[in-house]
Amino acid sequence: MNALHAANPALTIDGALFELLTHLGDNSLILGQRLSAWCGHGPALEEDIALANVALDLIGQTQLWLELAGDVEGQGRSADALAYHRDAFDFRNAHLVEQPNGDFGQTLMRQFLFDAWHLPLLLALTKSPDNRIADIAEKISKEVRYHLERSSDLVIRLGDGSEESHRRMQRALDALMPHAYELLQITDGDALLISEGVIGDITSVTAQWEEQVNSVLALATLSRPNSPAAPGGGRRGRHTEHLGYLLADLQFLQRAYPDATW
Amino acid sequence: MASNTSSSSTKPSLDTVWQWLADVPDPEIPVISVIDLGIVRELEWDDATLVVTVTPTYTGCPATRVINDDIRTHLTACGIDSIRFERRLSPAWTTDWLTEEGRDKLKEYGIAPPSKTPSTLANGFITVAAAVSCPRCQSFNTEMVSQFGSTPCKSSYRCLDCLEPFDYFKCI
Ligand SMILES: [Zn+2]
Repeated sequence: MNALHAANPALTIDGALFELLTHLGDNSLILGQRLSAWCGHGPALEEDIALANVALDLIGQTQLWLELAGDVEGQGRSADALAYHRDAFDFRNAHLVEQPNGDFGQTLMRQFLFDAWHLPLLLALTKSPDNRIADIAEKISKEVRYHLERSSDLVIRLGDGSEESHRRMQRALDALMPHAYELLQITDGDALLISEGVIGDITSVTAQWEEQVNSVLALATLSRPNSPAAPGGGRRGRHTEHLGYLLADLQFLQRAYPDATW
Repeated sequence: MASNTSSSSTKPSLDTVWQWLADVPDPEIPVISVIDLGIVRELEWDDATLVVTVTPTYTGCPATRVINDDIRTHLTACGIDSIRFERRLSPAWTTDWLTEEGRDKLKEYGIAPPSKTPSTLANGFITVAAAVSCPRCQSFNTEMVSQFGSTPCKSSYRCLDCLEPFDYFKCI
């Protein structure tokens, strides 16, 4: 189980897998936490319910990924321990999901750029030789298909909507697109997991993301900005200033009252 | 309640246990049982312990834990002392596993049962939803208000003929 990788001799299969699983779990956890802040504040009752439902799905998915991450790590850490007892530098989520909610348009654009990556990634992971990963990916890809349908539909409706909604969607796109590219990076650890036959081949995800993003943006009459990718670094534990504040909220109870239960 | 509750030496047959489970309602849509939902995948005796294998509907569904508690409470009342739950993710739960009886009960309750024709891929991953019939007037002249509804498993719809808003048990 400790095959060495030429590019990075410190890389082990279990180490790379733990990192990937925390990346998947942390993306869902942080985005779920962001979305849950909308509960009671949505622009319409249906949207309020939808945002809370997507948040709920994401938190449920977090549970599965982080539970498996704890098993792979083998140090007895539960999903809760990983969610509540790590600090920002141990989180492996992409910067996109920690970006503030902004207005409804910005929340939806963030969701769309994420979902357009999330679904093809999960579909690729359903072909993982490691059944534990394939089973989770199969289960949650069904939920994420609904997320992508909804966020694509609303980006089109608001982009191709009123002058004001169009302006806000374009502004959100310009601000968020540089952060989206980080999701598409294949790390040395990912490459090792693919070549060692642990996970499915996720290298085609970028092309699928490009296709979905370009076709939805065209229907939404939005122009894709040419801005370069933001520096990123979430998968190395480097985050924007937003994550610390988010974790202060998310982890407050467990920090103040360790291991408290209902 | 069934009369053949066990003394500690006799185990009820699995067929009997399946029948008992048909009396455990879904906590959020109590007109259907956990058997109608199709989430109990397997029953097995491991010595004196009954192993109940359950498949989750939605990963974040808050009812999942309640369902396990309700099954335990009911089976304990039926005389089974030792119960263990196992979670099975694969094959993932699908609305195709809803029983015919369960679909009828949903409709009678005012929730449109999931369509059996899957939605089709139109543009990339954007799908076109299948036609949904109004549970009150049967009209197919309906529109989706929101992909999401009062519970994770439902979407909000409205009938354009009788104007009734209704829930649709969405197809996954
Ligand atoms: Zn009607």
